[in-house]
Amino acid sequence: MFCDVCKSKEATVFLTQIVEGKMQKVNLCEACSKEKGVNDPTGFALADLLLGLGAAQEIERNPVGSRCRVCGFSQADFKKTGRLGCSACYDAFAEGLSGMLRNMHRGNAHTGKVPARYAETRRRDRELAGLRSELEKAVAEERFEEAASLRDRIREAEERPAAAPVAEVNRIAELPLGLPEPTDPAKRRKP
Amino acid sequence: MKLSRIIANTGEWLSGSGPDDQIVVSSRVRLARNLTGRPFPGWAKKAERVAVLEEVRTAVERIPEMRESFSEKLEDLSPLEKQVLVERHLISREHAAKGAGSAVVMNAAQTLSFMINEEDHLRMQAIRAGLQLREVYAMISTTDSELEETLDFAFHDTLGYLTACPTNVGTGMRASAMMHLPGLVMSEQVNKIINSVNKIGLAVRGLHGEGTEAMGNLFQVSNQTTLGETEEEIIGRLDRVIRQILEHERNARTILLQQRAETLLDQIGRAYGILCHAHSITSKEALNLLSFIKMGVDLGLFPSRFRLQVDELFIETQPAHLQKGLQAVKMGAEERDSLRAALIRTKLKQMPEPEIGKIPTNGSAPNASGTTHPSEEP
Repeated sequence: MFCDVCKSKEATVFLTQIVEGKMQKVNLCEACSKEKGVNDPTGFALADLLLGLGAAQEIERNPVGSRCRVCGFSQADFKKTGRLGCSACYDAFAEGLSGMLRNMHRGNAHTGKVPARYAETRRRDRELAGLRSELEKAVAEERFEEAASLRDRIREAEERPAAAPVAEVNRIAELPLGLPEPTDPAKRRKP
Repeated sequence: MKLSRIIANTGEWLSGSGPDDQIVVSSRVRLARNLTGRPFPGWAKKAERVAVLEEVRTAVERIPEMRESFSEKLEDLSPLEKQVLVERHLISREHAAKGAGSAVVMNAAQTLSFMINEEDHLRMQAIRAGLQLREVYAMISTTDSELEETLDFAFHDTLGYLTACPTNVGTGMRASAMMHLPGLVMSEQVNKIINSVNKIGLAVRGLHGEGTEAMGNLFQVSNQTTLGETEEEIIGRLDRVIRQILEHERNARTILLQQRAETLLDQIGRAYGILCHAHSITSKEALNLLSFIKMGVDLGLFPSRFRLQVDELFIETQPAHLQKGLQAVKMGAEERDSLRAALIRTKLKQMPEPEIGKIPTNGSAPNASGTTHPSEEP
């Protein structure tokens, strides 16, 4: 049996995996298995493990955003470790990742819990976007009185502070309020 | 709080009780979170990891549930102490391998634990006895909400919570139940169950998670996917499957009693004999035999007051737990095996022989805890 990768040498490493009930078999020769990192399970590309041989190369071939601008992580690093460099990598490598995520999960959009602070920002952004499109429509249809009131509402919404940034939340929590501390009754009883 | 105090007490998930806790040992939910714009631990430089550690640890120690807590940097724990925490499922094997820039925080009841700078900046888990995944999720979600007031978690409009590994993105949640399935193993049905569970996108793994062997007939059932469903949907799906496995295990035990009572009694009797008289025993053999004793307690062959003692032995016979009280240099395997055998002999000394007369021949298994048996349900 020949190696699935180089197709010239005798295969000596046989890898079997089950992905969603389907069995996949990969036969590799000594040299190709080393190159793929099969001898060192931790170094074996996760994309390959999950999606069959070649998935990691596919991601690598994709020239868009080959390095994350925030953390400098490259697609080659991803191929090696199966882990990303920082949260911004998800946008930097979005194109290559989307197919992979589709195969890995039951959907491609998050529908669960949203951080409270983020939900508030998102609500305001959506409100503003809605008002702006209404304004455009009102102007186009020459309903100027309505447009003026919409403009005021947009201004008001823009000036309203979005959810306090984290640093500020911290500061508020740490402000000395100058209120008397409740006395601990347990301590009072002590001589 | 000192680690020694944590180690001295078994966790609430082991000593406490919960729904269906004879078969579902524990329910666990972990959430993976990361800070926005900071490199993930695997890619961060040491200084960056230390900065994240300080920020996250301060935030975790400040939440009300952690008023009485144990918190330590990984570099300040001995290999033995780390291993004890792994054996209790409070930290992962991967986390135990970490050094500078990582830490562990947990509450006194050992129901909440936090791994800082494992694969993600923060992995927090809640664990309770029995089958109660929804309650356990509610517990960890509250903690998560408290933490997000001070920590800026990386969140993406369409992808949800962002994690170092794309397999965790979305909810960042892994919910799992540890199940004791000797009936399905004995009747050789467990592989069928594992295969069908795998087909619907859930995973069945061994005692210590990914890539570990199933010992003591203990299996971990968990969700594989984290994106595209809400936390409640994932848990609902998992819970339904776990209840089905639970039912299959009960049925398997009933059928064993009806058709292979002799074999069953033989296995339990042999397990009792070996455990009570062995002078050297490996941890694998001990777990596999203890599993039969545990089933024996479930079937009413041993008095139910020995349940906790038996359950504790599952943990106490693990390599690091055996050596925890001893200051001696790291023991060899042979030394551990004889120490383990001695511990089991002492712990089971008071335990009477299995009461064969108690075995029900009409096919309905007795229930030591008095909960309703499935066959009694309308």
